[in-house]
Amino acid sequence: MNSPVLAPENSSSFPETLIKSNFSLKLWLIIAWAGFLILPWYAAYDGFWSFIWLTDGYPTFDEYSPGILQITMHQRWWLWPVALSLLVPLPALFLPRTDARHAAALLLGGGFGFGYMLFQGFVLGLHGWGWDFLGDLFGPTTLSQFGLGYGALLVCGGFLFIFTQGLAARGAIKGDIFVSGTIGLSIAMVTAFVFYPVGKILINSLKNDEGDYDFSLFLEKISSNNIWSLACLNSELNCGVAWNSLWMGVLVGVATTVLGLAFALLVTRTRMHAKGFVRTASLLPIITPPFVIGLALILLFGRAGAVNAFLEWAFDITPTRWIYGLTGILVAQILAFTPIAFLVLIGVVEGVSPSMEEAAQTLRASHWQTFWTVSLPLMRPGLANAFLLGFIESLADFGNPLILGGNYEVLSTQIFFAIAGAQGDLGMAAVLAIVLLMFTLSAFYAQRRWLGKNSYATVTGKGDSGIHVRLPKRVAWGAYLTAMPFIVLSLVVYGMILFGGFVETWGYKHNFTFKHYIDEFSIHWSEQYGIIWDGAAWNSFWTTLQISAISAPLTAGLGLLIAYILVRQKFWGKDVFEFLTMLSFAVPGTVIGVGYILAFNVPPIEITGTGVILVVCFIFRNMPTGIRAGVAAMSQLDPSLDEASLTLGARSFTTLRRVLLPLLRPAIIAALVFSFVRAMTAISAVIFLVSADYDMATSYILGRVEFGDYGLAIAYSSVLILVMLGAIALIQLAVGKRELGRRDSEALTI
Amino acid sequence: METAVEFKHVTKAFGEVQAVREISFTIERGKLVTLLGPSGCGKTTTLRLIAGLEMVTEGKVFIGGKEVTRLSASDRDVSMVFQSYALFPHMTVMQNVSYGLTMSRLSKKEVSEKALEGLDLVGLTGYGGRLPSELSGGQQQRVAVARALVLEPEVLLFDEPLSNLDAKLRRRVREEIRELQQKLGLTTIYVTHDQEEALAVSDRIIVMNEAVIAQEGTPHQLYEDPVNLFVSNFIGDANLVKAEILRIDGDEAEVDIGGIKLKLPHRGISPGKVSVAIRPQSISLNGSAKKGKISATILKASYLGEHVEYSVECSLGELFVVDNQMETQIDPGSSVFIDFRTRGLCLIPES
Repeated sequence: MNSPVLAPENSSSFPETLIKSNFSLKLWLIIAWAGFLILPWYAAYDGFWSFIWLTDGYPTFDEYSPGILQITMHQRWWLWPVALSLLVPLPALFLPRTDARHAAALLLGGGFGFGYMLFQGFVLGLHGWGWDFLGDLFGPTTLSQFGLGYGALLVCGGFLFIFTQGLAARGAIKGDIFVSGTIGLSIAMVTAFVFYPVGKILINSLKNDEGDYDFSLFLEKISSNNIWSLACLNSELNCGVAWNSLWMGVLVGVATTVLGLAFALLVTRTRMHAKGFVRTASLLPIITPPFVIGLALILLFGRAGAVNAFLEWAFDITPTRWIYGLTGILVAQILAFTPIAFLVLIGVVEGVSPSMEEAAQTLRASHWQTFWTVSLPLMRPGLANAFLLGFIESLADFGNPLILGGNYEVLSTQIFFAIAGAQGDLGMAAVLAIVLLMFTLSAFYAQRRWLGKNSYATVTGKGDSGIHVRLPKRVAWGAYLTAMPFIVLSLVVYGMILFGGFVETWGYKHNFTFKHYIDEFSIHWSEQYGIIWDGAAWNSFWTTLQISAISAPLTAGLGLLIAYILVRQKFWGKDVFEFLTMLSFAVPGTVIGVGYILAFNVPPIEITGTGVILVVCFIFRNMPTGIRAGVAAMSQLDPSLDEASLTLGARSFTTLRRVLLPLLRPAIIAALVFSFVRAMTAISAVIFLVSADYDMATSYILGRVEFGDYGLAIAYSSVLILVMLGAIALIQLAVGKRELGRRDSEALTI
Repeated sequence: METAVEFKHVTKAFGEVQAVREISFTIERGKLVTLLGPSGCGKTTTLRLIAGLEMVTEGKVFIGGKEVTRLSASDRDVSMVFQSYALFPHMTVMQNVSYGLTMSRLSKKEVSEKALEGLDLVGLTGYGGRLPSELSGGQQQRVAVARALVLEPEVLLFDEPLSNLDAKLRRRVREEIRELQQKLGLTTIYVTHDQEEALAVSDRIIVMNEAVIAQEGTPHQLYEDPVNLFVSNFIGDANLVKAEILRIDGDEAEVDIGGIKLKLPHRGISPGKVSVAIRPQSISLNGSAKKGKISATILKASYLGEHVEYSVECSLGELFVVDNQMETQIDPGSSVFIDFRTRGLCLIPES
């Protein structure tokens, strides 16, 4: 009989216990030691991926030495405790897992090592003391160190996983190493890349220009009229930025919810033709960078816009700048964000059990009464959910208010100007970021608190086999009337996006030309060098593709991993963990951008100006989407599949790999697609994080728009959209369909 | 006999609620033991504690003599057949059955051989290439059984295996399970709420109620000698009536039930007031006063094909009577006289 290998109760001979001890433990100890002894401790200035250090002075050169040599050769004596912490866990290799000393060694070594690594990273920076008060306490110092490099990162990672294995050995989380490791990793990363930057903002807002803490200045700034004045209610002056943003957010939230509901009802409950078309067309705005819609609106309704020109020619109406200001922002954001409301509400509308409506009818309720008293109340949580999503997206939107805002100032643009404008007031930017964060976090908290746990998964109600009641006439007509103008406008806008690039100069020369495409994307063949990409856009294009392609699988992977833990594992503090991982969704891109600049410009994690910061930003901005898709999909898989796998001898990692993932292909596709698309279309954080070496397409396009090169900007945008469509098709092919042997169910033909 | 499974003072609490409270039992090797009880009694929790899918709050669990309290399900030598079968929908029958074997260090050839043997054992030879969705419910269950069996586990667990099958199929399948178990000599623990099923297949039954063990014993012991009202009412049906022990005579007691005097095993109860559990089949209904002793009126009569069920009102209260003799069918409203047969009455200690 094949009995599983149990940890021996009594220690047998030395080599036996060494061989039988955890594979994972050995792995991470080897990695940690390799990081300390072999790889460069500090980050090379030439970037994460350059391997110059291999040939350029390794291992003795100060910048490239591994940890052991840093201590012995370069007098970086504060790294001694690191070496000690690497020795402490070693005895655990020879102790069985059930021995309390095994766990103690791991917890002590890993915990202290990790804590100390962080501590020394913050205390000692590039120019001496990392914290000013230490300078006051100890006087100045000539010691310094650079940001963490491969070596230091591997050692940190090693310590973290050794620590989590210690926790598992103590029995936490049912003794599962894989799960405890993943939780540890997620918490560490979310703390490092979400909380730390936001924390930095908070701290920075309390400082004045000299770098000293000035609380009264902070109070002055945060209550300034600029933010909170209500002057617009009774005069021609502008209101404070905060009120503007709030008002905009509420309007957009309401409008997108109403429109999304109209579409959802039309698609599921009427005999509307071309439903498939509406479903796919509704996804189009998701793969469009949001500000491109604003751009198209300018081309249509701006002073030199097509529609205005037509009206002038036909009816002699002088064109005005009416599109600039709140109106323009509203139109653009409603067009951009309604699809999200639609996706949320379609799940909600379909989830209303038909048998409830049928019951109402047998109780003599008319169509209208059924709808108003039964269906709509059942949809209320979903409606509130959609409203809050629209609200948060609107507040976080940067591109549209920037190009269409005119005099209507909102928080996201003001933050940008506070940093990039003439003032360069980082403190003010931080204060504004706090206000914005307050709004979005409140909305996020409200959503979680009032709408309960269902904020993740769309309603996955097991379909009763009833048929949905047809919409009452009033509602159907209302829906049509709301939806139709929207569809028409969308079609026009997208027509503009696709074809606007072929016009020479809007407002002046309306001849058909390929000029913009040629300027941006020309390629030449040269005898000497092969293909020359000499179009102006290629640099940002390839960078964007590269960064998005790298971050998408990482985002989807991390998201699905966390989704697995959230759905399948029970452990103490799980609610808090869930809240933390979704938190990054509530932090607007501008805030993250500012935070990253503040946090990652100096050691210990020094990554501004590199591609790494972009990848990291995307991973944590988009992780909630991956988690949500994963949670929704995994909730539909029967837990007894997991349990069967466990009783058959597989651990969680094997179960995840062989049982769950194959069944999750649609979720994997969704996660990859969303992550990729959001990376390609991101702007609000990206605008702060681009650099000379790493220019992103969206930032480049926005730059062109500020220059007035509308035609060029739209041409580039249309190329981006086509590329994304292609990528989505590729992802579908690569990940493949899952085979369940199910016959395709026929779509409801009602 | 060696013990295959042992529980020592095991408690399992979910927050405030105790699903299982200080239970202890041993299960011998090679026996089929059923955990029986109503919904919420703790039997499924107990099964999951054996499997390692839940961890005990207090107490110790031993399998095959070794303590496994802190081991997870993947480390215990236990296989489980789930109520919903839990077949992996994206794998063929063959892949499902081989799954556990691929975790061990067997060669591919050995894995395939054992898997095919397993399929033969449950009568599904040749079905290896099909997907679970292409099988009937009964066939799916057999695949689930084969998947658990091929690992030759120390203990095999069944979680309400017959609940998804139709009535006719249940009898056949439970007999197949019993045959298989006896042929292979596997220690098997079976969970069900159906007492007829439990009586039919088990070597021993553990009856659970409200997180504790109510009684443990062979089917015969449980049916004939229930220790309290719950067990007597759960295994078969029982009418509980008040009676009086007049005196003790060796092992037996002379009991007066509503005027009828009988001799029954006294079971350690002293003279005085006592409750008697009377099986419905042990009450006979007669038309004339000569044969019967207590007068009664028929309230309801239901014809069920193989027997007739009566609800009868008398001085002892309302009694439930089953008549499978059916000399005559008596209409509701008629007056009858009831008497008790020799078997099927049992004194219940006042608790």
